[in-house]
Amino acid sequence: MSTNTTAAEARAQEWRSRFPTVNYLNADYGIKSWLLTKDHKRIAILYLISVTFFFAIGGAYAAAIRLELLTPLGDMMQSHTYNKVFTHHGIMMVFFFLIPAIPGVLGNFLIPIMIGAKDLAFPRLNLLSWYIFMVGGALTFAALLFGGVDTGWTFYVPYSTNFSNTYVTLAGVGIFINGFSSILTGLNFIVTTHTMRAPGMTWFRLPLFVWSHYATSLIMILGTPVIAITVLLLAMERIAHVGIFDPALGGDPVLFQHMFWFYSHPAVYIMILPSMAVISELVATHTRKPIFGYSFVAFSSLAIAVFGFLVWGHHLFVSSQSVYAGMIFSLISFVVAIPSAVKVFNWTATMYKGSISYDTPMLYAFAFIGLFLIGGMTGMFLAALGFDIHVHDTYFVVAHFHYVMVGGTVMGYLGGLHNWWPKITGRMYPEGWARFAALVIFVGFNLTFFPQFLLGYMGMPRRYHAYPVGEPMWQVLHVMSTGGATVLGIGLLIPAIYFIWSMRYGRFAPANPWPGTGLEWRTPSPPPTENFAVTPVVTWEAYEYRPIEELEVIGPGEPDQTIGGQHPANRGVETEKQPGDVDRER
Amino acid sequence: MATHAEAVEHGHGHEAAHEALAHHFDNLEQQREAGALGMWVFIAQEVMFFGGLFLAYLIYRMKYPTAFMAASNHLNWKIGTFNTAVLITSSLTMALAVWATQVGKSRKVQVAFMAATLALGFVFLGVKAVEYHDKYVDGLIPVAGMFNPHGIHLPDGVTLGQYQMFFWIYFAMTGLHALHMIIGAGILLPIMWMAWRGRFSPEYHGPVENFGLYWHFVDIIWIFLFPLLYLLGAHFGKGH
Amino acid sequence: MQSIPLPNINLPVPFSPEQASTFAPHVDMLYVYLVTLTAFFTLGISAAIIFFAVKYRRRHHGELPRPIAGSMVLELTWTIIPLLISMTIFVWGASIFFKAYRAPQQAMEIYVVGKQWMWKFQHATGQREINELHVPVGARVKLTMTTEDVIHSFYVPAFRIKQDVVPGRYLQTWFEATKPGKYYLFCTEYCGTNHSGMGGYVYVMEPAAYQQWLAGGTGTESAASQGMKLFQQRGCASCHQVDPGGQQGRGPTLYGIFGRQQQVEGGGAVTVDEAYVRESILNPQAHIAAGFQNIMPTFQGQLNEEQILQLVAYIRSLGPAGQQPQQGGAGAQTTGGTTTGGVPPPQQRANPTGPTSERQGSPAPQVPPGGNTGNANRQQ
Repeated sequence: MSTNTTAAEARAQEWRSRFPTVNYLNADYGIKSWLLTKDHKRIAILYLISVTFFFAIGGAYAAAIRLELLTPLGDMMQSHTYNKVFTHHGIMMVFFFLIPAIPGVLGNFLIPIMIGAKDLAFPRLNLLSWYIFMVGGALTFAALLFGGVDTGWTFYVPYSTNFSNTYVTLAGVGIFINGFSSILTGLNFIVTTHTMRAPGMTWFRLPLFVWSHYATSLIMILGTPVIAITVLLLAMERIAHVGIFDPALGGDPVLFQHMFWFYSHPAVYIMILPSMAVISELVATHTRKPIFGYSFVAFSSLAIAVFGFLVWGHHLFVSSQSVYAGMIFSLISFVVAIPSAVKVFNWTATMYKGSISYDTPMLYAFAFIGLFLIGGMTGMFLAALGFDIHVHDTYFVVAHFHYVMVGGTVMGYLGGLHNWWPKITGRMYPEGWARFAALVIFVGFNLTFFPQFLLGYMGMPRRYHAYPVGEPMWQVLHVMSTGGATVLGIGLLIPAIYFIWSMRYGRFAPANPWPGTGLEWRTPSPPPTENFAVTPVVTWEAYEYRPIEELEVIGPGEPDQTIGGQHPANRGVETEKQPGDVDRER
Repeated sequence: MATHAEAVEHGHGHEAAHEALAHHFDNLEQQREAGALGMWVFIAQEVMFFGGLFLAYLIYRMKYPTAFMAASNHLNWKIGTFNTAVLITSSLTMALAVWATQVGKSRKVQVAFMAATLALGFVFLGVKAVEYHDKYVDGLIPVAGMFNPHGIHLPDGVTLGQYQMFFWIYFAMTGLHALHMIIGAGILLPIMWMAWRGRFSPEYHGPVENFGLYWHFVDIIWIFLFPLLYLLGAHFGKGH
Repeated sequence: MQSIPLPNINLPVPFSPEQASTFAPHVDMLYVYLVTLTAFFTLGISAAIIFFAVKYRRRHHGELPRPIAGSMVLELTWTIIPLLISMTIFVWGASIFFKAYRAPQQAMEIYVVGKQWMWKFQHATGQREINELHVPVGARVKLTMTTEDVIHSFYVPAFRIKQDVVPGRYLQTWFEATKPGKYYLFCTEYCGTNHSGMGGYVYVMEPAAYQQWLAGGTGTESAASQGMKLFQQRGCASCHQVDPGGQQGRGPTLYGIFGRQQQVEGGGAVTVDEAYVRESILNPQAHIAAGFQNIMPTFQGQLNEEQILQLVAYIRSLGPAGQQPQQGGAGAQTTGGTTTGGVPPPQQRANPTGPTSERQGSPAPQVPPGGNTGNANRQQ
C-alpha cells in the first residue's frame, strides 16, 4: 500500500517536473482527476482526445470509400457494405467530429480565458456535456460495430423507417443523446459570454473568436432540439409504425426532410462559424493588425446564424417542394452568402500593410481563405435553382461541402490547434515539419476534392458504389481523387505524430510566442487552473497591438514580466529550460 | 509606459464568506444572473424541442381537420379541465415558494409551498395515468398492432390511419410533457431538502427561482396542449 | 419570369455531359457564368493575398504595423456588389427552374414508376419498358412519376433534369431531347442496397427509327386501354358511367371529367387531375363529389402504382377529343379500341414544337435523316 503511494507520488513528481510552472496539467494527478475534472481546459483535452478518435474512424471509412471508387465496378466490397461505409463516414464526421471539434476543444479551452474568467459559467454541465457526448458516441459506434447503418447520414424516410433493416434506431438514439451535449455546450457559452466577462471586457472588446462562438451557440440552442425531436419521431415511427412520415398511413415523408434540414443546414454553420472564429484570430495575430472592420465581422457571424435558419429548403429543390418555396429559399440562400463574403474581404484587407508571418497557423489561414472561397462560391452554384436541378445529389455537392467542411472546418481546426498548441501544452510544435504538413494537406485536399466537382457536373451521382465503365474520364478523375486522398491522409498523420512528440520533446513555450493580444496570451503557458493569477482588468481594445515589450503576462503583485522574460511563478523550477528556448525568434 | 492590465484583488471580495458561492464566480449576484440566464436559454431550447411536435400537430390538423376533430372527442375535456386547474394551482404554489425564499420566510413555509407543488404535480400525473389507462381500454394506443378502437364511428372521409395519427400526436405531446413533470419532481426533491436545511435566504435562492421558471414553463406547455388536443373541435357533452 | 431571355450555349463545355435537351444549353451557359465569377473572385482574392503576403511579410522581430480600423465605404462596396451579383445568379437560376417545372400543355405522356431498384416506364401508347426509355428527338415528353416504395430521383445528366419521386404523390418533369443518342439514366436519391444499380439508358431516336421501334414493340396495348380493362374487371363501371350523356350512376359520370373543376361535399372544389383521381381510388372519402354518397370502397392495397396510373390514363382519355390536349393518342385511340400505336411521331413533333414563342431560339432542329444535331451545330 505504502509502496503504491510512493510510486504514485514518484510518477506525479516526474509529471510535474516536466513543466516549469504549476498549471492546469500538473496541478492534479491521476485518471480520476481527469475524468471528474470541472476545469474547462481539461475538458477541452478530453474533447481533443475523443474527437481525434472519431475523426480517425471517419477517416478510415473515407479511405475505404476512395479505394472502392478506384475502379468503376463495385469489386472491393458489396454494395450493401459500401452503403454502410459511406453512412458511417458521414455520421462519424458530421455528428462526432465536425460539430463538436472546434467548440469542444478550442472553444472550451479558450472562451473563458479570452474573456478573463476562471471557468465557464457551469463547469459541471460542461463535464456532463462531454459524458453525454461520449455516451452518444459509444451508442452510435456500437450500432456501427453490431452491423452498421445503411441509410446515409441523412436518414431519409421512408427508407430509414420502413425498409432498412440495419441498426437505425440505435444510431438514432446515439445521435439524439449527442444532441444534448451540443445544447449544453451552447448554453454554457452563451451564459458565460453574457455574465462572466472580466471588468472592462465590453462586448466590442471581445475577440472575434468569442463573437463567432456566441453565434454558433445560438444555432446549437435553437437548432439541435429540432433534430432531437425529429430523430425521436423517426425512431418511434420505426418501432411503432405510427405514420407521421409514412405515406401509407397518411403521413408525409417530405416533412421529415424539412425537419431534418431545419437543423442540419444550420448545423453546417455550427461547423463553419467556429472555424471562422479561429481564422479571425489567426489573421490578426499573424499580421499583427486589428481585424479590418471588426464590427462587420462580428455582426456577420450573427447574420449567418439568423439567416442560416431560413435556408433549409435549398436541400429540397427537387424533392417536390413548391416552385415558389424553392424561389424564396434560393433567394435567402444568396443573402446568407453575403456575410461570409464580407468576412473573406475583411480578412484580406487585414493583411494589407500588415506584418505577415509564415508561421504554420497563418499558412492554414491562407489555405482556409482560398478553399473556403471555392467552397462558398460553389455554394452559390447550388443555390441557383436551375443549376441545382442538374447537380443536386451528384459529386458536385459532395465536392462543395467537402470544400466547406474539410477546406473550411478542418483547416480552421488545424490552424487553431497549431496556434494555441503552445498555450494548451506549454510546448512548441516543430515549425518545419508543421509547415511541410500544411503544404501536403493543402495539395492532397485539392487533389482529392477538385476532381469531384468535374465528376459531379458530368453527372456522377453521389452514394454510388459503382459507376459506368463506358466513361473512362470518370475513372481518371476518381483515381486522381483517391490519389489525393492518400496524400491528404499522410498529411494528416504528420501533425498527429509531431503533436504527440512535442508534448514530451518540444521546446518550452513562452507565455506569448507569436505574440498575440488576447488575454489567453497574458497568462503563462500552460495556464494555471484558475487561468489568471489575478482577475484581469481590460483597458485595451480588441487586437490593439503594442510594442512587444509591452505585451505582458498579468502577474500577481510583482511587476509584470515581458514575454521575453519569465513568469514570476516560473522561478526555481526553471533549471532545465535554456534561455534560448524562451524566445523562439531565430 | 504604464501597464494595460491592472490587477484587481483576486476573487470574491467581501462576499467571499458565502458558502454557496462557486469558486469561479466573483460574487453571488453574478452567480444568480448566470443561473437565471442559463435557465432562460434552456427554456428557449425546450421551446424548439416541443416546437417540432407542435409543427407536426399543425400540419396534420390542417391536412385532416375532420379526423382530428372526431378523434379529440375521445378525450375527456372535463378531466382535462380539472388537470389544467391542478397544474395552474401548482404553479401558484411554486410562485409562492419562490416568494417565500426571496423574502426570507421560515424554512417550514418554504418547504410547505414546495410540498404543495409536488403534491399537485403528482395529482396531475395520477390523473394523466388514469386517462392513459382509459385510452388503453378503448384500444386507442397508437402503436401498430395495438391500435384497435372499438365502437367508434368514423366520420365521412376519415381513415383509421388519420385517427391513429391524432392519438400518436396526443401521446407524444402529453407523454413528453409528463416526462418533464416527472423530471421536475425529481429536481424539486433535493431543492426541498436544501430548503429544509435552511440553505436558502434572500441573498441566495437561485435554485428555487430557476426551478420555478422551469415549472412555469412546463405549465405553459400544458396551457397550449389542453385547448389544442381537448377543446379544439370537440363537441361538448357528446364525449364520454 | 418568362420575359427574361435565357442565353444558351451550343459550344462544348469541358467536363460536361452531352447537351441533349433544350435545357442543357441554358444550364451550361449558367455554369460558364458561374465558373467565370468563381475564377474571378478566387483568383482575384488569392492574388491579393499572395501579393500582401510577399509585400508585407514580416521583416524583423519587433515589427509593428500601423493599425487600420476599417472603412465604411469598402464594407458597403463589398456587401452591395456581391449582393447584386448574386441576385443576377438568382434570377438566372430561377428562370431556368421555372421553365423546367412548367410542364407544357401539349406533350407526349409517359408514366414512370420507381421501385427498388428499377425504373418502369409506360408509354401512353402502351409500350412498357424497364430501365430503358425510348423517346423521339424533338418531341416534348412529360413524365408523370411516382414510386412504389422509397424515394427515388429521376436523373438524366444529358438532359440536365432531375426530379425526386415521392411515395403517395405524382410528380412531373418534362424534357425535349435535341439529339439522338443513348444517355445515362440514374437514380440520385439514395434508395437502398442496389441504389447504384438503379439506372439505365434513355434512347433518343430519330422519328423514323422511333416509329419502327414503336411498331416492333411487344406489349403495345395502350395504357388507357389497359386501364379500361381494369375499370371493367374491378367493377368500377357498375357505378361510374363513361359515356357522354349516359345516366348518372351511383358515382359521378367520368366522361369528360378530367381537367375540370369538381365541386365536392362540404364545399369547395378540386381540379380533377392525376393526383385527385389517385386519391379518389385509394382514399375515396377524402373529397366526395358533391351530391354523391360516401359509398365507394377504397382500393388501397388492391392496385399497384402501375395499375393506378393505367386507370388515370383511362379516365384522362374519356372525353370529347377536342377537350383534352391531343397527346400520345391516349384518348382517341383507346376509346376506339385500337391496340396499336398512337399518333405517328412526326405529327406529335409538329404539334408540340409548333408555336413555341416563349422559348428562345431553340426550336426543335430540323433533323436530316441519320444526321446528328449536336455535331451539326458544333460544326457550324
